[in-house]
Amino acid sequence: MIAEAVFYIFACILIFSSLLVITARNPVHSVLFLILCFFNAAGLFVLLGAEFIGMILAIVYVGAVAVLFLFVVMMLDVDFVGLRKGVMKYVPLGLVVGGLLLAELGFLYFAWAPAEGASLTLAAEPTGLEKSNTHALGSMIYTQYILPFQVSGLVLLVAMIGAITLTLRHRPGVRRQNISKQIKTQPQDAVELVKVETGAGV
Amino acid sequence: MVEVGLFHYLTLAAILFVIGVFGIFLNRKNIIVILMSIELMLLAVNINFVAFSAHHGDLHGQVFSMFILTVAAAEAAIGLAILVTFFRNKGQILVDDLSELKG
Repeated sequence: MIAEAVFYIFACILIFSSLLVITARNPVHSVLFLILCFFNAAGLFVLLGAEFIGMILAIVYVGAVAVLFLFVVMMLDVDFVGLRKGVMKYVPLGLVVGGLLLAELGFLYFAWAPAEGASLTLAAEPTGLEKSNTHALGSMIYTQYILPFQVSGLVLLVAMIGAITLTLRHRPGVRRQNISKQIKTQPQDAVELVKVETGAGV
Repeated sequence: MVEVGLFHYLTLAAILFVIGVFGIFLNRKNIIVILMSIELMLLAVNINFVAFSAHHGDLHGQVFSMFILTVAAAEAAIGLAILVTFFRNKGQILVDDLSELKG
């Protein structure tokens, strides 16, 4: 009973805030509603027994990706009012495509029948083992899925290098640190010992 | 109030996906909101994966969902980097001008 109520609360907030993501006038509000979406989806994942994915969603997505969006939206001085012009022109097309897609998915659901003897209720414990979700997921990732896991790390590395090389720029007229020159400096280049006569200046 | 089962989650994911598609059409000019709509669609796919994973009592779906999260994070980072570079060069981020990104 409580699980049902929690599901409906999370689902309603999720759909409402996702609608606000695409309709909000200010993109900063869009990003904030996207964060709300991610939090509610994380709650749904916890409800499904997938705690690890839920926490990943809350930490990585809300903490990194959504904040990255927020930084970019706030950093770029874009004329968002001009971008909103002519929005209503695309509403009919979007409604037609979205309605078609929703109808197709609906047909698919109604045509789909579960296999004989399969129950439609969700298993409380996804693994059926006595291990926790994170434990089971970890023992799966580091054995069976070790190669895809490493490759996904490489994907992140490539994304990081790509983002840095895309956005790095050398502006002229900026004093930059030359580390090798600093390290190679000898004492005789920097310090000059002068014998000063008594009573005379340097 | 019926018991929440697989169909509820699949319906929720379908609605979320359609909202994402609709968002791409609605904000045709604003590439930042288009990227956010893509994030919504990926979130819907993740909900499907995790719901089926819980339904079958099989963890492979959750592992795959984690890979989707990884690729989505990489995609968002690269997309926003391209967006920042494009904004630096053009001064605005109209989608129609993105056809100049060649070579």
